Amino acid sequence: MNSRALSDLAPPLVFGVILLAFWEAAVRLGGVPPIILPAPSAIGLRLFTSVPTLAADFLQTIRGVLAGYVIGCASGLLVAILIDRSPFLQRGLLPLGNLVSALPIVGVAPIMVMWFGFDWQSKAAVVVIMTFFPMLVNAAAGLSSAGAMERDLMRTYAADYWQTLMKLRLPAALPFVFNALKINTTLAMIGAIVAEFFGTPTVGMGFRISTEVGHLSIDMVWATIVVAAITGSAFYAIVAMIERRATFWHASYRAR
Amino acid sequence: MKSVLPLTTILLALVAFWYVAAAMMNASLQRDVFANAGRTDYSTLDLIGASLNMERPKLPAPHQIVAELDKLVFETPPTSKRSLVFHAGITLEETLIGFLFGAALGVGLAVAIVSVRVLERSAMPWIVASQTVPIIALAPMIVVILNQFDIGGMTPKAVIAAYLSFFPITVGMVKGLRSPDPLQLDLMRTYSATSGQTLSKLRAPASLPFFFASMKIGAAAALVGAIVAEVTKSEDGGLGARLLAGSYYGQTVQIWATLFVAAALSGALVGIIGLAGRLTLRRMAFPT
Repeated sequence: MNSRALSDLAPPLVFGVILLAFWEAAVRLGGVPPIILPAPSAIGLRLFTSVPTLAADFLQTIRGVLAGYVIGCASGLLVAILIDRSPFLQRGLLPLGNLVSALPIVGVAPIMVMWFGFDWQSKAAVVVIMTFFPMLVNAAAGLSSAGAMERDLMRTYAADYWQTLMKLRLPAALPFVFNALKINTTLAMIGAIVAEFFGTPTVGMGFRISTEVGHLSIDMVWATIVVAAITGSAFYAIVAMIERRATFWHASYRAR
Repeated sequence: MKSVLPLTTILLALVAFWYVAAAMMNASLQRDVFANAGRTDYSTLDLIGASLNMERPKLPAPHQIVAELDKLVFETPPTSKRSLVFHAGITLEETLIGFLFGAALGVGLAVAIVSVRVLERSAMPWIVASQTVPIIALAPMIVVILNQFDIGGMTPKAVIAAYLSFFPITVGMVKGLRSPDPLQLDLMRTYSATSGQTLSKLRAPASLPFFFASMKIGAAAALVGAIVAEVTKSEDGGLGARLLAGSYYGQTVQIWATLFVAAALSGALVGIIGLAGRLTLRRMAFPT
């Protein structure tokens, strides 16, 4: 790690440590009952002692998240490419997609639980619906982002539609596609966890949170939240890393 | 206006597709109903007709949802506990209170982050990282914690709504307050403007497009927060409580009607903010 990265990393790390220390001190000295707010050390201990449960919850939830994410993003991209040739369909579908993106889609969770049962398939279905529209809207914007000059150049090469698509327009759309992929990591986690509030087999992060809250074992809730937070950040970080590799030519990375 | 025809076409196609899907998904259920009633002499048309008018279908047909909406929105008095207007009112109130607090907090924190350099370097990475965390997972716990303090009713839900809307607003506003380019900031310095003056005369006006964009996201997030909070604490009503009740009792038509009301609420909130934004930005001669 070079000194530049270190000096970028140090302030937030220090801030985080101070926050945790302050939290620990406030809980211990202030005598806050653990039912309201457990100390970070208690949460850490719980995290350590409940690894099997937390791992099982993680595996259950991540299955729904990943399956839904892949299907939702892939079909969003596919539909964007399909409607790309028809301005009529675009003008009809894109405003609809924008509208749907602003809707509280998590509300379909109870319906999906009825259709696909309690297991991870219903969670994946919620995630598919939540991730489809951001991908559709972004990918459609990305496909129309290649400049007129570049398209003209492709025409002078006598490139057909597919060649133009594969060599020019899809690569040009990549930054937009990755933007949607990044937004969708968070949406996928939210969709899966909220869907588990509506019914699960007795495993999964959303299930764990809602039942342990009922038992007032708040340290277990926090431990699950820590796992969810790490999972969410790691998911995002992986996608961001792939983006960096795939779109190294883009202005936002070239500058550094 | 050019998109009216395509949009209607797509919507009509969607409704047609919905009818086909409803008939197909409900057919096997309806066959069982006929079998239980000892009826074997039904035609395919009978089957289709009946599957589109079931009491608890897998997928209700659009006209059933419209009828349910008509019943629960217009014909039930808004004071009744069955009225969706009643529950939408509860949700809207929580959303608005939470959104106002979340927006004030988010804008305030964004101003602090932009003006205090230490805060920016230390706190901003956490705020950005927190965007990748499924914050909604905290909702049930916040409800319980507030309950320990005897804070019940609307407050926990408004808190969750505020909490969900606060992060996107902070991030958007930090971006907006930083949007003036270095030349303009230098100009302010040549005027020997204080940082307060720079904020009110340059940064704040320049951030307006970002302000309205993040308000739209924040309002939608606040509504999601309120609805999810109502699912976890459903005894006081609200659209989320209706969703949960519907899923307990298999009242699919009611769930769909509730969803449409929630969608309309979200659309109205975002639409109003968008309209206010367009009018303001046009008057201030922003390119829109």
